[in-house]
Amino acid sequence: MGAWQTRAEHQYQDLADKTGFSFEQIKNLYQRFQQLSGNEETISRENLDCMPALANNPIRKQIIGAFFDKRNQHQDEVGSCDQIGFEQFLMVMSHFRPPNLRTTDEEKEAMRKEKLRFLFNMHDSDNDGTITLAEYRKVVEELMSKSGEIGQETAKAIADAAMLEVASINVPNMGPEEFYEGITFEHFEEILKGLEMESRMHIRFLDVDTSTMRCGKSQS
Amino acid sequence: MPARRDSHSPSGKSLPERGLLLLIVLVLLQGSVLPLGAASSPDTTHNDYVDNPKEKEENYTKKAFPVLTLDYGHIQAPFEISLWILLASLMKLGFHMIPRVSSIVPESCLLITVGLLVGGLIKLAGEDVPPVLDSRLFFLCLLPPIILDAGYFLPIRPFMENLGTILMFAVVGTLWNAFFIGGLLYAVCQIQPANPSILHKIELLPCLLFGSIISAVDPVAVLAVFEEIHINELLHILVFGESLLNDAVTVVLYHLFEEYTRAGTVTVLDCFLGIISFLVVSIGGVLVGVIYGLLAAFTSRFTSHVRVIEPLFVFVYAYMAYLSAEVFHLSGIMALIACGATMRPYVEANISHKSHTTVKYFMKMWSSVSETLIFIFLGVATVDGPHHWNWTFVTVTVLLCLVSRVIGVVGLTYVINKFRIVKLTTKDQFIIAYGGLRGAIAFSLGFLLKKNLFPMREMFLTAIITVVFFTVFVQGMTIQPLVELLAVKKKQEAKRTINEEIHTQFLDHLLTGIEDICGHYGHHHWKDKLNRFNKKYVKKCLIAGERSKEPQLIAFYHKMEFKQAIEMVESGGGFKLPSAMPSTVSMQNIQPKKPPPAKPAEKPLSQLSKGREEEIRKILRSNLQKTRLRLRSYNRHTLVADPFEDGFDDLLIKKQKMIELEKKIKDMNNYLTVPAAPPDSPTMCRARLSSDPQSYRAKPESDSVPTFQVDLASPQSPDSVNVMDEFRRAGQQRGGVRGEEDQGLMMRPHKTGEGADGKDPQKLTRCLSDPGPGADEEEEDQPFLL
Repeated sequence: MGAWQTRAEHQYQDLADKTGFSFEQIKNLYQRFQQLSGNEETISRENLDCMPALANNPIRKQIIGAFFDKRNQHQDEVGSCDQIGFEQFLMVMSHFRPPNLRTTDEEKEAMRKEKLRFLFNMHDSDNDGTITLAEYRKVVEELMSKSGEIGQETAKAIADAAMLEVASINVPNMGPEEFYEGITFEHFEEILKGLEMESRMHIRFLDVDTSTMRCGKSQS
Repeated sequence: MPARRDSHSPSGKSLPERGLLLLIVLVLLQGSVLPLGAASSPDTTHNDYVDNPKEKEENYTKKAFPVLTLDYGHIQAPFEISLWILLASLMKLGFHMIPRVSSIVPESCLLITVGLLVGGLIKLAGEDVPPVLDSRLFFLCLLPPIILDAGYFLPIRPFMENLGTILMFAVVGTLWNAFFIGGLLYAVCQIQPANPSILHKIELLPCLLFGSIISAVDPVAVLAVFEEIHINELLHILVFGESLLNDAVTVVLYHLFEEYTRAGTVTVLDCFLGIISFLVVSIGGVLVGVIYGLLAAFTSRFTSHVRVIEPLFVFVYAYMAYLSAEVFHLSGIMALIACGATMRPYVEANISHKSHTTVKYFMKMWSSVSETLIFIFLGVATVDGPHHWNWTFVTVTVLLCLVSRVIGVVGLTYVINKFRIVKLTTKDQFIIAYGGLRGAIAFSLGFLLKKNLFPMREMFLTAIITVVFFTVFVQGMTIQPLVELLAVKKKQEAKRTINEEIHTQFLDHLLTGIEDICGHYGHHHWKDKLNRFNKKYVKKCLIAGERSKEPQLIAFYHKMEFKQAIEMVESGGGFKLPSAMPSTVSMQNIQPKKPPPAKPAEKPLSQLSKGREEEIRKILRSNLQKTRLRLRSYNRHTLVADPFEDGFDDLLIKKQKMIELEKKIKDMNNYLTVPAAPPDSPTMCRARLSSDPQSYRAKPESDSVPTFQVDLASPQSPDSVNVMDEFRRAGQQRGGVRGEEDQGLMMRPHKTGEGADGKDPQKLTRCLSDPGPGADEEEEDQPFLL
């Protein structure tokens, strides 16, 4: 146990530096990782797929996909992997850290960019740097997939209207023959700047002293 | 608000007109004094009336038939009430005519001043001032409209997100204030052993009671002041939420101390019972409110045939919730808030749009008048007295109020920040502390004290009035410059866009999912569970028809479109183009140019299911209504102008162009797989164009904004539109897209319009969002999203 601990601490230090979590949080998340992976070294998609809690979530595919998306690892790789280790798991989770009182404005700005990037990657499934109309339509459809029989047309209409809005805000004077390719990251930032991502996109779990938290029930 | 008022002053009345108006108001004031004066002598007139018949019977002498008689006593009470209400409303009008004063001094201060004037006039006339802030009148008639308005339009999401903080401030903060003020006051009163003053006679319990009365932040005052400073949503909801929720604490403390003043002592058991009582009062109040709210929602499900009385249900159920809670001495305010907040999402889904407007306007109207009256009455009651001024007591009270508020806020924030994600900064704390205004509730509670139990009642009243005046005048007047000085974040004025809505929902689901993966049952998990429960069971019960299945996003979307269409109509058909050019982006710009790959030669034109048909029809119909009005401004291609003016040959040319366009459209994707109807013969098209006087304006728009007038607007009323017609048109226009494009475009111009356009939209929103209690448009219409 002693050797394991020192090795773990060493690792943890590494991870803590990379992701910004505290030791407590990393330990808790490691326990959760073990639960999900069935005590293996890596998690595969099946492990996450068969979580019963996620069954009701309309966007579960995107969420699971985000874990396996290499773009979220901040290493300039693209594509997706089939298995992720603990480090990758932590990297994805680090996108949901909240800011604290000591975070400076620049750090908050960087945090916001990071979170928005995460969202952007979730929408931009073909990795081309823009969210096209088709992709956006898919997003809205997925969002409403669990809400009963909605006309597909309504979903398309909403997506179209939203796209139009993005175009109108960012490129207001377009000629009739010009074509708006898709939402780039800058435009994405622009339309969501009112939402204060850095404070909204967070999980409380990672903030409070985790020794009082129980690690939930769902097993794969 | 100051900025807007300034923009009106050049167009406002000239000086002599203003002077005339003021004169009229003053005359009315004088006129009101006399009947009010006569009010104080109702007995004599009444007796006369009673005596007269008897007299007449005994010695009946025939007089000339009275052609004109004066019988004031008959209608006295309603007459006075109406006069007061009229006075209040005229005052409100009057203030808006004097922009300079109202930009420096908040309305509440002006109203109190007017009340002082009126009270002074009445006193000068030698009559007795009517007991205007009589507690029954205040608590049963004046307060409920304001609270209902606040509760109905409460922004649920920020309220729930900050509920923990709000409760801490409301409960712990008020308790701290009460005990601190009461205790220290008692201590101060016991000092000065040298000269025996009346202060010595005050015991601990009355002091504590006084402390509990004066410690509660007043919702009316907070609303009145915060309404004008447009502070950011977080601070607004914190202070406002606190003022609403501390009612339970005040009620319990008040009754507790009042009960035991007689006994003289309070035992531990009493304290324990007090805590139980607090839980009962608050939870009971909320429960009563929720029950009535659900009843109202359920009733509204069946009102589809008697739409006219729909608004009545909202008001009556809410008022009954208030009264029922008051029967058991539960917290009426919390009942009212719970009732309003509970019934709103369901009622709004059920009632017609007109009823919705009626409810909104009546609520705003009543709460506005109520608020005005309350402040005027405060002034009048101040003049009335009875007062007993004691320098020590009053100054110490004022000081202690300030000090305890500051200490309370700072201490509580320190604790709260450990649990909050978005921490409260020092600036926030300052505003929260400074925004703790006292108001009429404290005064009425003081008025309720019985003289025999509380010999110092007058002194208490004087102190309460002084504190109220101090907070309303000093703090109310200075908070606006302070907010500017400290550069506190102001309220976001922009309306919620559909992208924000989509992403808010997306985030909700995302965070729920991540929480599930982490295995942590947090905020989002329970919110999600509640939403699903709501959707599955509650909505089915309470919402009529198919709307119960409408998901959040669609409801939002439709609401937004509808609202903009209405605004469009109200602002005169949208003819006044905003000075900033609307975005010229249209649907074509975002449509992919190439047809989708793997498109089979003959698309299997499957028949649409009934439900889908219905849906599409609905969308198209609503588009048709709107496009009729909005067509001219937003698209690029002028095809058809007014046939009556441009003549027949022009029409032919344009017809040509239209056919070309139709061809182009057919080449683009069709995503509505409709059975394509045979294209119309040219005669038919022409006939339709020329027979539709409504789809064209008398004066065509200037060339700078060319318009596209494929015949989207139907000649007949939308209801009588032939389904086949619609589908054909739909087929030509690539389905709902074409309609949607106008919808989509609709959103943008209004945003710029509201910002850039000078008078019209702004004037409209000012009328709509009256400076009374409550939020403005965007907040009210936020859908029920936990």
